[in-house]
Amino acid sequence: MHLSLARFGAVLVKEFVQMRRDRMTFAMMIMIPIVQLFLFGFAINSDPHNLPTLVEMADESPTARAVLAGMETSDYFDFIGVVTGQEDGDRALRDGSANFVVVIPPGFERDVIRGLSPDILVAADASDPTAVGSAVSALGGIVEVAIKQTLEGPLAFAAGRPPPFSVSVHRQFNPEAETSINIVPGLLAIILAMTMVMITAVAIVREVERGTMETLLATPVRPFEVMVGKVLPYVLVGYVQTIVFLAGAGLVFGVPFIGSPLAFFVGFNIYIVVNLALGFLISTVVKTQMQAMQASFFLILPTILLSGFMFPFAGMPGWAQAIGAAMPATHFLRLVRKVMLKGADLADIAVDLRAMAIIGAVIVVVSMLRYRQTLD
Amino acid sequence: MTDTPAISVRGLTKVFGDKTVVDAVDMDVPPGAIYGFLGPNGSGKTTTIRMMCGLLTPDGGAGECLGYDILTEAPKIKENVGYMTQKFSLYGDLTIRENLDFMARMYRLKNRRKVVDKTLTDLGLEGRGDQLAGTLSGGWKQRLALAACMQHQPRLLLLDEPTAGVDPKARRDFWDEIRRLSKRGVTVLVSTHYMDEAIQCDFIAYIAYGRKLIDGPAAEIPAKVGLHTWRVDGPDLTELEDALASRPGVEQVARFGAQLHVSGTDEAALAAVIAEEKKKNGTHRWQKKDTELEEAFIYLMATAADNFGAPGGPGE
Repeated sequence: MHLSLARFGAVLVKEFVQMRRDRMTFAMMIMIPIVQLFLFGFAINSDPHNLPTLVEMADESPTARAVLAGMETSDYFDFIGVVTGQEDGDRALRDGSANFVVVIPPGFERDVIRGLSPDILVAADASDPTAVGSAVSALGGIVEVAIKQTLEGPLAFAAGRPPPFSVSVHRQFNPEAETSINIVPGLLAIILAMTMVMITAVAIVREVERGTMETLLATPVRPFEVMVGKVLPYVLVGYVQTIVFLAGAGLVFGVPFIGSPLAFFVGFNIYIVVNLALGFLISTVVKTQMQAMQASFFLILPTILLSGFMFPFAGMPGWAQAIGAAMPATHFLRLVRKVMLKGADLADIAVDLRAMAIIGAVIVVVSMLRYRQTLD
Repeated sequence: MTDTPAISVRGLTKVFGDKTVVDAVDMDVPPGAIYGFLGPNGSGKTTTIRMMCGLLTPDGGAGECLGYDILTEAPKIKENVGYMTQKFSLYGDLTIRENLDFMARMYRLKNRRKVVDKTLTDLGLEGRGDQLAGTLSGGWKQRLALAACMQHQPRLLLLDEPTAGVDPKARRDFWDEIRRLSKRGVTVLVSTHYMDEAIQCDFIAYIAYGRKLIDGPAAEIPAKVGLHTWRVDGPDLTELEDALASRPGVEQVARFGAQLHVSGTDEAALAAVIAEEKKKNGTHRWQKKDTELEEAFIYLMATAADNFGAPGGPGE
């Protein structure tokens, strides 16, 4: 067979020209590696520091303060406040405002002097084992240093005896530190984001692309009727997905569901609506189904990486946390973990509901503004 | 049927970005007429039609469609108009019956089942209601689309290049159907660039670069264009065509079968050229004829050939 370099060249050139004309694909080819590079390079940190920590101080002695100072200088713990009772501490762990609660028992210093070896309790939120794991394993060393420091001066006599106090860690919500217990609930946020956004965007763009939208709009049907009628079936799809998912999570992976079903139901519906609105927004920007798919994938990438799904949110730098906080999946993911693993109720997830509602409102406003333009 | 126009618009204007796609178009469509809307690709036909039925908001101008204000009463217009887009735009993945039923529901028709059954019978598709619409041939798709937008018995049909890409036989069937509807009192506004279709219209408007160049009853259009035409036949027509094309006074040489139609706006200059040709070459038979729609359209299209430089430009 006779091969022609000229013909081959023509095909090559044509392909490059087409690649350049398809702005969306071209942008994706350039953007995806850059985004991945930055996210993996800078944002992701599986050894997070400065985890929010609360203290319950039943003993305000210098010795107790020295222990806390030791923890803080380690950089793993960031003391954000003081609680006065177990209930406050539990609530903070449940609603996610703190990862650790350190409990200094009453008469701590006195017991150290008496050689009773009192116990400092560190309650850790183990629903995200990666996030708290390294801090917990660093605790041993921290305590050792703290012991040395406290035993200088007036307490020096205690050196050489059995350790003057000990630290016991209480891993809450996921005592076995099983990864699946952390990953599986979060996966629901990702699955719903992926399917709801893409399905909605594609379903609307398909109608425009095939020209059926024009026929529809020429009938007396109102745009609102079209949109709601088109989107509702996919809400149902989201319900089915979630039911299947929850059943699988419970039966196959043994993930508990100990929180309020009502809280879950409310959060879940808001999340679905926000995602559908996002898909709708995409459909007002792109022109073809192909572009709708690409745009959806492009959004999914940071969702997986920055939402706290795969890597601890607390370990990311401020800018990455800001991007993460702007994504609905971040908040739904926290909500699901709280409800399923930590037994949260409506009050505990109010902060996540509010965040999702704000994001949703912004998306709806922007897409409504865009929608008017596309009609004309 | 009253004598108020089915469509009456004044100064209709639409701007996309910095392009004026439709520029101050006036149009009156008499009730019951077949009104042909002609013009090259990208001349603004689709945009004009969309504005007239309330799908697009005009940037300027006003008017009425079936007595309803096109600016404020779009929902009423939509209820009484049948609009067929240029691309087949029913759902290819629904069956014929499902498509018809869906459209019937859009117009909230009563006795839907009966209406759909009747439509299927009229189409001659009784046995094929469960066939997917996407598997129909181009001509059948157009007939189905027409039937779908006629189910609610609109008084006005807006057809946007309904026969683009349809074979000649199917086109003829389609036009038979349009004439039948027109006889029943339905007003039809149809855009096309097929001349054989334009000839079948009662009224004609010609638009180019978004501006209406000419309109009126079809029979008056040739006179309005102001062309004078001679017919010639004989041997070596191709050579004759080339020779005539560059002569002053000859503005258009068009081939019709085994004849050339030679036209120009200056009657005397054209006659002079022809007298000269007759003297030079006695084998051709020359005959003065009335200018007909065909010559008039070729002339109009040639003078306003390519709009906006882009095939299928804005709104097409």
